[in-house]
Amino acid sequence: MGNVLAFCEFTGSTLRSSALANLAFARTAAQAHGGEVIVLLVGEGAQAASADAAKYAPKVIVVEDGALAHYLAETYAPIVARLAKENDATVVTATATAVGKDLIPRVAALLDAGQASDIARLESKDTFVRPILAGNAYSTVKVTTPIIAVTVRQSEFEPAAETGSTGTVTTAPAGTIDALGASFERLDAQKSDRPDLSDAKVVVSGGRGMKSGENFKVLEELADLLGAAMGASRAATDAGMVPADWQVGQTGKIVAPNLYFAVAISGAIQHLAGMKGSKTIVAINKNKDEPIFQVADYGLVMEWEKAVPELISEIKKLKASR
Amino acid sequence: MKILVPVKRVPDPTQKTKIKDGQIDLTGASWIVNTFDEYAVETALRLLENGADGTRQGGEIVIVSIGPDDAAKEIRTCLAMGADRAIHVVANDAEIDSLAVVKVLQKIIEAEKPDLVLMGKQAVDGDANQVGQMLAGKLNWPQATFAATIELAADKKSLVVGREVDGGVEYKKVPVPAVVTVDLRIVGPKSVQNGVTPASHSYSGEGARLPSLKGIMAAKKKPLAQTKLADYGVEPAPAIKELSVALPPPRAAGQIVPDVPTLVKKLAEEAKAL
Repeated sequence: MGNVLAFCEFTGSTLRSSALANLAFARTAAQAHGGEVIVLLVGEGAQAASADAAKYAPKVIVVEDGALAHYLAETYAPIVARLAKENDATVVTATATAVGKDLIPRVAALLDAGQASDIARLESKDTFVRPILAGNAYSTVKVTTPIIAVTVRQSEFEPAAETGSTGTVTTAPAGTIDALGASFERLDAQKSDRPDLSDAKVVVSGGRGMKSGENFKVLEELADLLGAAMGASRAATDAGMVPADWQVGQTGKIVAPNLYFAVAISGAIQHLAGMKGSKTIVAINKNKDEPIFQVADYGLVMEWEKAVPELISEIKKLKASR
Repeated sequence: MKILVPVKRVPDPTQKTKIKDGQIDLTGASWIVNTFDEYAVETALRLLENGADGTRQGGEIVIVSIGPDDAAKEIRTCLAMGADRAIHVVANDAEIDSLAVVKVLQKIIEAEKPDLVLMGKQAVDGDANQVGQMLAGKLNWPQATFAATIELAADKKSLVVGREVDGGVEYKKVPVPAVVTVDLRIVGPKSVQNGVTPASHSYSGEGARLPSLKGIMAAKKKPLAQTKLADYGVEPAPAIKELSVALPPPRAAGQIVPDVPTLVKKLAEEAKAL
């Protein structure tokens, strides 16, 4: 018997939507381990998000301290590891976001826990299925350590729904905070009113065939019409057409929106690994032989210069008719 | 500055994935240095050299690799790129997992006392993305993962690392010794600033440097120590066991639509996505 400690990220007074995948996994893991889900919120403003977190789990632990204003693996990992032990957790988990991927292995080391990274499924209490080789194969792994560390691939889990009851919220002390000399300097935020790429319901991505950053403007118009996030293939980000953090793929962001537009993207394995979990995929490319058409639900063989403006006007017409 | 670079050899990711009896079939596979680790070697060189004239101002780069006998070939590749010496811990891939690798590296680091451990953010076969963070945790060292840029302070006692995170680039300062894991864009033309290479200098091309003929000849004479797991008190008993491997289920075949109005109609009515 053991509990599942689910480290969840938040923005303002709500959990990040990526955290709901973690909670979906945490529930099945808690069942398999005969324990309960404990949400852990760490950082400045954690208390403010606790009411939202309590909608999803029977227990919420808040650790709030001014010295935790900026996430640092050095200060957060000892807190997560200590609370895992204090709360009899046999599973420690987070969504595989930039923070989750940075934090959980460090926590695992402190707990001597084996880790299953970026998991797609739970097979039994200690056995997990996870993509390897850029998603070209799925590996089933058994973790034999007493405590198991997990990061969860967001696109593989349906977001957890509210439980219908309200969990208890308790606070825990941060303990000694030692950043080991590391410090947060600054964040060059991508300035955008669009949703975060990892959280977006719709993503519009462009590839090398867009030819220039200027040409992405028409894709941005389509994105804004749909409330979508912008993405890009590695070919487009490497060529400097668009910011590097737009990159969707094995080495960029893994996304799984309801609707994914791949415009002028050939569909290299690298890119497909980052988006083939999307519910509906639309490919627009002038070359009918591109591999992107093999994963697309709807393919349109057409130049983007013609297709995208027409798509914008057709979607506007559809919206006006509703 | 002494830099330790752990590297893994991996099957060339451009090969088609074959499965046999529930395991990856590596018969006849060709092997390469894990791309991200190769970038770490490149980064280590850029931290120590003057990129404009190719000279090195002291410092040492030590390669560590844990893998079977024939991984020596990939280790020599790193030496040919310009690393100084290597330690090859001979072990079968099935005997080792992230925790075992971390325990071995920890022992080596305690003996070698490097100022910096630089490695790829993940291996492109297992895609686990664990070892750097676990190692930093075990050593109680600071960590900077997913480095896209590195700026070395003039006194070489700290680094400012640009990390690609959700929603932007985070700049994190870490004192040495530290563990830094590198991401793709670390090999950009100006991603590494060491205060020696003129800031105006741009590295040409993409990716890591290819070994020169001179480098390949020199690598043959560079020290390559062979050790085994037992030398570090590590048991070949992995905490993570791979039970089976399968190909992903294929996506259902899609359809080609003739024009934009049809696409929008189908997205709205059939896929209910608009």
